[in-house]
Amino acid sequence: MKKIFVLFLFWIFQTNALALIEVDITRGNLNPLPIAVSPLSIDNESKKSFEKILDKKDIGSEISKVIENNLKTSGLFNPLDKDAFLQAPEIANLKPRFEDWNLIKAQALITGKVKYVDDKLRVEFRLWDILAGKEMMALAFTTVPNNWRRVGHIITDKVYERLTGEKGYFDTRIIYVAEEGPKTKRIKKLAIMDQDGANNKFLTLGNELVLTPRFNSTNQMVTYLSYFRNLPRVYLLDIETGIQEVVGDFPGMTFAPRFSPDGKKIIMSFAKDGNSDIYTMDLENRIVEKITNHPSIDTSPSYSPDGKYICFNSDRSGYQQIYVMKSDGSNVKRISFGKGLYGTPVWSPRGDLIAFTKLHKGKFYIGVMRTDGSGERLLTENYYQEAPSWSPNGRVLIFYRETKTDDKGKGFSAKLWSIDLTGYNERLVDTPTDASDPSWSSLLTN
Amino acid sequence: MNRSILVSSVLHLILIMITAFSLPFLSKKPIDLPPIVSVELIQITDKTNIPFAPKAKKTIEKIKEKEKKLVSEQAPPKKVKKIKPDSVPMPDDKVDKIEKIKEDKQNPEKIDNEVKQVSEFEKKELFDPNNIAALIDKSKVESAETINKSDKVTQDQQKNIDNVGLSLSEEDALKAQIFGCWSIPLGLPYNENLLVRIKLQLNPDGTIQQSEILDHARMNKPGQGFYKVLAESALRAIKLCQPLRVPTTGYERWKELQLNFDAREMLEG
Repeated sequence: MKKIFVLFLFWIFQTNALALIEVDITRGNLNPLPIAVSPLSIDNESKKSFEKILDKKDIGSEISKVIENNLKTSGLFNPLDKDAFLQAPEIANLKPRFEDWNLIKAQALITGKVKYVDDKLRVEFRLWDILAGKEMMALAFTTVPNNWRRVGHIITDKVYERLTGEKGYFDTRIIYVAEEGPKTKRIKKLAIMDQDGANNKFLTLGNELVLTPRFNSTNQMVTYLSYFRNLPRVYLLDIETGIQEVVGDFPGMTFAPRFSPDGKKIIMSFAKDGNSDIYTMDLENRIVEKITNHPSIDTSPSYSPDGKYICFNSDRSGYQQIYVMKSDGSNVKRISFGKGLYGTPVWSPRGDLIAFTKLHKGKFYIGVMRTDGSGERLLTENYYQEAPSWSPNGRVLIFYRETKTDDKGKGFSAKLWSIDLTGYNERLVDTPTDASDPSWSSLLTN
Repeated sequence: MNRSILVSSVLHLILIMITAFSLPFLSKKPIDLPPIVSVELIQITDKTNIPFAPKAKKTIEKIKEKEKKLVSEQAPPKKVKKIKPDSVPMPDDKVDKIEKIKEDKQNPEKIDNEVKQVSEFEKKELFDPNNIAALIDKSKVESAETINKSDKVTQDQQKNIDNVGLSLSEEDALKAQIFGCWSIPLGLPYNENLLVRIKLQLNPDGTIQQSEILDHARMNKPGQGFYKVLAESALRAIKLCQPLRVPTTGYERWKELQLNFDAREMLEG
């Protein structure tokens, strides 16, 4: 009996000792993370070599500027002013004095070294956790010197992924329609640039009108619509080789071509006898399959990332709304039920959201909704804007916005804008000419 | 016969005389009344009738009516009288009284009668001792008793808190501090389990002696790379926040803390 009593007492004390206070933290802040991007250190010999090749005085500093700009435009990071840095780049790269970086409120630090090795650019970089006082990541790249901007983008992608938990979108390109001339007589050329606006190149001469270029998510192929002898045709263009081909010579009008997630098919709308339906075309055997069969106008199809579903817009309810169906055309469901007209639905690469353009009471909105139509959020409102395209990580949308012309027909412009899913980080994407119909590529290096 | 009538009359007369002389007011002098001041009533409302006065009066009347209503609706005096709080209770009586109160509460019909058209929430207010004390003088003693009782309860609760955990205000202060320090990584997949449990050993000044991620093994599991990012962000938050806003007393009870960081609520938006 005594033993039982002793055991009972022991149990009571034991449970008391184990009673650990638990506090649930369910909220945090979404403020940009303060990060210090130290200029990448470079020895004098390498500096001179790169100066000759690239015409850049300090390539280490230039790469760090690319990283800093990328992090800033993401809206998730706050790169700190370099003037406040207490430690020299060459010393910080070896072993940062965490107290110094802590003093300027940095929570993360990027350091690195650039070297000229066998006519190539070798970049080492390290990411440090200032508060924990430890190294989080260290990588090295070797490439041709002309790729120095891409090295900056790749480093940003790695840092972004390490600190946010999702892949970056910086080593990517954007294809768009470059526009010049008066509104009634526009010259439209296909153009491509890095996501930060650098390295802009025109891919077509502007003899023919080009529309709706779309990247293949698996490689650097582009499909677009071009008017040849006043007839719109769907083209394929290999960006690396510059070779282009007509996908097919259809008897009617084809619109809004887009690749399937595996890149093997093109989905588009095709108008015949005044009725527009959705078709797919196998790029290998060129077999065309009709997906929708309805007297209404069905356009703007976009695949889900797993290829199982297609979202599109249709006026079958009397007004233009967004619908989702299985990839074989069965089980069509309307998902947009808000006031106004919905168009240009695009499925997010993450698979969780559908971006769209909405017209309501004379205003255009870019918004997102869940794939079942719930949780509609309008991210931005303007006089005229449309054609959203997702960044490869499904975090940012790029679209184009037109300004109103004045009474004399002047003042018109079309520019590319980006906005992230929070709706707060809206930015003008700088292009040398007016621009429309942007499409974001997948990551160039995975 | 005549003689007896005479004797009776004399005796009656004597009795009346004694009574008359023995009455005190008869011996007192009449009070000197002050001279009467004549008052002339003059109608002056035309001159003193300031516009807002009647409104104020009406408002005051309305407030009074409301107060009356409140008194009648919220504080039924009968209930108070039934408890008889003003009698000084003997130890034995006290037990009886508590039993009586319990009986009253347990009788649903009675409660229904008393709280007509009053919601469950307001019902609690009915028994607010401060209200009763403010409205009914006699209930002062009872309210004092009630306060004492409630004090006893909070003391018990305090003992409980001492043994079990932080009080709500202490917990809120700590939470508010960490909310400000935790930068949630926005790229996390919100349909996954985003809970990171961190056990802390604290110094008396709130600085961190040691921190330990409880599900550490999850970091290295395939497909759980985001968990590492989340855990690191939580550790950064703790380090950024230290010294933590811990209570000034009772170190023994909070020297070990477990913080459960859950990002799902924020990321689902």
